[in-house]
Amino acid sequence: MTPGEALPPQEYAVTRADLVRYAGASGDRNPIHWSDRVATSVGLPGVIAHGMFTMALAARALDEWAGAPGRVVELGCKFTKPVVVPDDDTGTTVRVAGTVKSVEDGLATVALEVTCEGEKVLGVPKAVLRVG
Amino acid sequence: MAVDGALAGRTFPAPAPYAVSDERVAEFAAATGSRYDGPGTPAPTTFPIVVAFKAMDALLEDPTVGIALHRVVHGEQRFRYSRPVVAGDVLTAMLTVDSLRQIAGSDIIGTSTEIVDASGAHVVTATMTLVHRGES
Repeated sequence: MTPGEALPPQEYAVTRADLVRYAGASGDRNPIHWSDRVATSVGLPGVIAHGMFTMALAARALDEWAGAPGRVVELGCKFTKPVVVPDDDTGTTVRVAGTVKSVEDGLATVALEVTCEGEKVLGVPKAVLRVG
Repeated sequence: MAVDGALAGRTFPAPAPYAVSDERVAEFAAATGSRYDGPGTPAPTTFPIVVAFKAMDALLEDPTVGIALHRVVHGEQRFRYSRPVVAGDVLTAMLTVDSLRQIAGSDIIGTSTEIVDASGAHVVTATMTLVHRGES
């Protein structure tokens, strides 16, 4: 990784089945991630992906770019726009792009851009990775 | 029901230490499509949220706090790692409510959860902001 380097964007499909599986694996049983009735009752457009699921996809892209898991020493973001997942077989797609901002003392700082349907869904997503 | 105004500063320990099993890590990796190379290798980066949620549940389920789970939206999340989690770790999580403020009828709850291993050494800090949406 070198400063200014644009990392190859990664695209991940997200369906309702993925959300159910993530709910089980993570222990997050909030019904806004599986019930349209509950999601719309609190003003959401419909069932939305767990913010942590979207963040896990960002981390997955970081592993891909780093070449191995376990390199991340810092990861953070705001959940600015919900990822709405329609109740069909296609679902939606989350795209993770990244740019290396700096490399210092074996640590690379990567600015991420995480989008769904062309709109940013995470605010100021940023990671620090051990490199070399 | 509004969130208890005296919440800031309170701590919520996870009810029991969390023993990280290879099976749970593999299940989490499969659910997120993450690479996991098996026992002794790093768990996926966001796996510690599973442990942090144990302390978060103590906050969400405390009847004196007044949080309704379906009104909660995740606002912000940050992890700072001393090392990756691996299967075999026995982790203890302690959540602290750092801040509480109201914006446009919603409660914004700032928390940080310290996760340490069986020797007491720091593994990861999970900083989480929850938005508790008000009744409209």
